Amino acid sequence: MRHDGAILWLKPFVARPIALAGLGILLATVLAAAFAHWLAPYDPYAIDPMIRLTPPNAAHWFGTDQFGRDTLSRVIQSARMALLIGSGVVVFALATGVPIGVLSALFPRLGHVLMRMVDVLMAFPALLLALGLIVILGPSVANAILAIGVGYMTTTTRIVYGLTLRLRAETYVEASRSMGAGTLWLIGKHILPNLVSPLLVQASFVFAFAQLGAASLDFLGLGAPPEIPSWGNMLAESRTFITRAPWLLFFPGMMIVATAFSLNLVGDALRDRLDPRFRQVFGEKG
Amino acid sequence: MWSYVLKRAGTTAVTLLAASVIIFAFIHVVPGDPIYVLLGDTATPDQIDALRHQFGLDRPIIVQYLTWVGHVLEGDLGRSIFFQAPVLSVIADGAETSALLATMTMIWVTIIGVPIGMIAAVRHGTWLDQGLSGGAMLMASIPTFWVGLYLILIFAAWLGWFPSSGYPSIFEGGGAANLRYLVLPSLALAAPNAALILRLTRASMLDVAREDYVRTARAKGIRPWQVVRRHILRNALLAVVSAFGFTFAALLSEAVVTETVFALPGIGRLVVQSILRRDYPVIQGVILVIVVVYLLVNLIVDLSYRLLDPRVELQ
Repeated sequence: MRHDGAILWLKPFVARPIALAGLGILLATVLAAAFAHWLAPYDPYAIDPMIRLTPPNAAHWFGTDQFGRDTLSRVIQSARMALLIGSGVVVFALATGVPIGVLSALFPRLGHVLMRMVDVLMAFPALLLALGLIVILGPSVANAILAIGVGYMTTTTRIVYGLTLRLRAETYVEASRSMGAGTLWLIGKHILPNLVSPLLVQASFVFAFAQLGAASLDFLGLGAPPEIPSWGNMLAESRTFITRAPWLLFFPGMMIVATAFSLNLVGDALRDRLDPRFRQVFGEKG
Repeated sequence: MWSYVLKRAGTTAVTLLAASVIIFAFIHVVPGDPIYVLLGDTATPDQIDALRHQFGLDRPIIVQYLTWVGHVLEGDLGRSIFFQAPVLSVIADGAETSALLATMTMIWVTIIGVPIGMIAAVRHGTWLDQGLSGGAMLMASIPTFWVGLYLILIFAAWLGWFPSSGYPSIFEGGGAANLRYLVLPSLALAAPNAALILRLTRASMLDVAREDYVRTARAKGIRPWQVVRRHILRNALLAVVSAFGFTFAALLSEAVVTETVFALPGIGRLVVQSILRRDYPVIQGVILVIVVVYLLVNLIVDLSYRLLDPRVELQ
């Protein structure tokens, strides 16, 4: 499965139009984040008290907020924070989960200790763990990534551990080992290449749930600082005006749902093309 | 069976012990010395030393930990800096709201998730199944607080059917009718979790439907709905029961946000407010209580799983 090219990766999406749509939405989000300066019709920070809380109209498609800032521009600008948090959490979860999982599976004694520690961390519900870490570290974007990331480090470690145990028992790995292959060779040649596809599945689910986690932290006022536009922060601010300005509630929320839903669709499509032996390692929750 | 119960209880106790070290350490790594918080900026070094001695903070860390564990076992979780009251009683005040919210949510999750998951599985591969499964994935992608805010907007602000926030105890005036305050919050909290249970019910029914005994039952000429009811559903629900454990955990986490949205006087909102007030003993106490509840629920779920399904291998 290492040798399949881009065509094979696209196959599950062509067969499933809704997953293709998900991929399209994600691409649009990435483009919005990359070209926010050109795409945003107004300065997302520009305050204009004359037009505060204006409903959606021809000049301001998504309306304006309580400071007269353009909601569409802020929604576009916020895509940056969404991608930053999502990719940050994925990178953190993989950078910690993969080494811990692989080493635990290859060295059972070390693994026994490490996996017990993972179990202990898993005794803390994810958002609670994140809140505890935010209390210790203080609220900031980097700390939000870390706080959410720790929760997914544990699930990623579990999955990598399970997959590596399966791979280690494969005949070709045994054969390679009996011919004198060292541990590093085994990891580089047989283990890691086979982990790429399942980890891509895991990454898309982690990215999706990181969006929801970050939105929750922002909403509680414990995530990105309020002056940074993010969909969660926009929703937190909209709360006071929900009856007067329901559009402030609608658009940022729709963006969170659209990205999380798209990532879930993509993850699902990738999971279905996964090697059947690996599929059962993934629970429904991802 | 009993050896399994003991072993499983033993693992839970070890995990709890290890978790307690982390929870104990929490109060020592948070920014700001608790002594300074209590005494303020004007304290003299002598006063600080005296108070430090009074609280036992000058003793070796291991002694401090053991003292803390001893107090916890006696039900003493420390004193809230903000409320100037024992942490345990502060938590107990929020327990009714949170317990009722969790119960109502689990009822919604069960009566929405399981039957719809069954329908999707029975109509496997049809447009109905794809619609229901897709809808479930959509629900799992929606932040609970957003659902909550929309429920407030539609059912409280526009239609006026339910109150938008707060919750008076059922033991106060109004009695059981006060439960209407929890209808919208529990629905918001149930949405993503019902979606997960729906997908799980569907997946596990499809798994069981592939078993040999189901084929045998069909070959014997048993009516299709009888096969679904007696052979597939019964066995498929076992997997669902075990999922109630992690659903409950997800629920404890998400309740933090939901209770904040609906301004419910529960444990979840207490955590958020305590964070903003820097009331560290309360945060520590709530984390401890929730971890204990979570581990106990998982233990009970595991053991009941074993009771319900004699085929499960004892390890």
